Amino acid sequence: MSQTPTKQNLALSLSGVSRSFGGIRAVADVSFEVSHGKRLTIIGTNGAGKSTLFNLITGVYPLSSGSIHIFGEDVTKQPAYKRAQCGIARTFQTSKLFSGMTVRENLFTSLRQAMNAEKISWLANPEKSEKLNSECSQILERVDLLRKADIKVSEISHGESRQLEVAMALAMKPKMLMLDEPAAGISPTERGRLVELLKSLESSITLILIEHDMAVALAVADEVIVMHDGEVFTQGTPEEIRQSSAVRDLYLGSNHE
Amino acid sequence: MSDLVIAQVEAGYGHVRVLHGVDLTVSDKPIALMGRNGMGKSTLAQAIMGLIPITSGSITHGNINLQGITTTKIARSGIGYVPQGRRVFPSLTVDEHLRILEQKNSKWNSKKVYELFPRLAERKKNGGSMLSGGEQQMLAIGRALMTNPTLLLMDEPSEGLAPAIVEHLGNSLRALVEQGQRILLIEQNLKFAASLCDEIAILANGQIQASVSSYALLSSPDLQSKYLGVA
Repeated sequence: MSQTPTKQNLALSLSGVSRSFGGIRAVADVSFEVSHGKRLTIIGTNGAGKSTLFNLITGVYPLSSGSIHIFGEDVTKQPAYKRAQCGIARTFQTSKLFSGMTVRENLFTSLRQAMNAEKISWLANPEKSEKLNSECSQILERVDLLRKADIKVSEISHGESRQLEVAMALAMKPKMLMLDEPAAGISPTERGRLVELLKSLESSITLILIEHDMAVALAVADEVIVMHDGEVFTQGTPEEIRQSSAVRDLYLGSNHE
Repeated sequence: MSDLVIAQVEAGYGHVRVLHGVDLTVSDKPIALMGRNGMGKSTLAQAIMGLIPITSGSITHGNINLQGITTTKIARSGIGYVPQGRRVFPSLTVDEHLRILEQKNSKWNSKKVYELFPRLAERKKNGGSMLSGGEQQMLAIGRALMTNPTLLLMDEPSEGLAPAIVEHLGNSLRALVEQGQRILLIEQNLKFAASLCDEIAILANGQIQASVSSYALLSSPDLQSKYLGVA
């Protein structure tokens, strides 16, 4: 999405991506490119296909047609774990955490991925590894969850589990971070922290965000894609999207300033 | 009348106590409950619905004591609950979700829910697992309304909804309030909460810390910073 991207500097490239479920056309002929280090926000009406698109990019669902390249590699036929190995980390719209484990233990599972786990020893007793613990505390601090580190996930609030999901994705040291509605269900304070966190991401990380909270969505984006009925409705800079009367009518509503 | 009266309620999970003596009364004016994450808002909703036991205090709805009775009976006392996380049935279609609650001569029927959320009408025949997050949210709200509740207890109904839908939901709920619908709304979206409720109760550290007018909260960054921690 920068000036004439070449294949080499593309983090993600979608070409004619479609997916149907039975008779439902969830994603239809979607094509776009995201260059390295860009921040893309996807907004759109409910049921437009935003989360389905995430599932197609990460390999949760196979495509009905089209192709996907991640960091220049054709991953269309590759399973989800192979794509994760390309350096993608994502969160889900609904929480997928280990509820019987503490916040810290959940994070250990992600850090283990990132540290490549060549040594099994600390896996049995991860709390004994100083390196792991300090890294864990550092990440929890970034998402404002350190005070809850030793509490079971089943006992933290919904908003806090959203923050933990972001922490787990960050812990994987991704080259491309994909967040599905990270601001949903979190309080205004935590939302402010989230915006700061997203803005402070290393410039090497490509960020793709699905978000309904415009204060978050437009604050961090270089580029915005608006989806409707499985298709790309329009695409532009945050300012262009804010000014668009078509987007206001379709998605933002009249109250939006 | 059928006020919901919460008095000195304590509750929690296992050894962790989350609510430390909550007092709150919901009568015919809609009230929004706000506060930072992890302060006990959803826990209070679960305590009202009997999904977790209260360890001290009392909750009554009209002349019915909700303590120790089943969630089914609590719902039948006239409380429609929209839980956080939607909880729709993956294998039931949108239409089935609504039709199993249909009663004769009832104020709410599936047709009225489809008028409220036209998107659900388009998804009528789709199973719960085939709905997007926002569509599931609409269904959870529609399902609660189908029980013709005296009191609508909603835990973050705006979560995951597109801004235009949030606006539409606010307008629809306001119209219901004018017809006498009682509402206890748990929300993170101040603008939405303020559009519906004149009074906002602030929950902090398991207690009602303050009750403020939504107009005052909306217009004062100082109050927002004090009660919601907005920087």
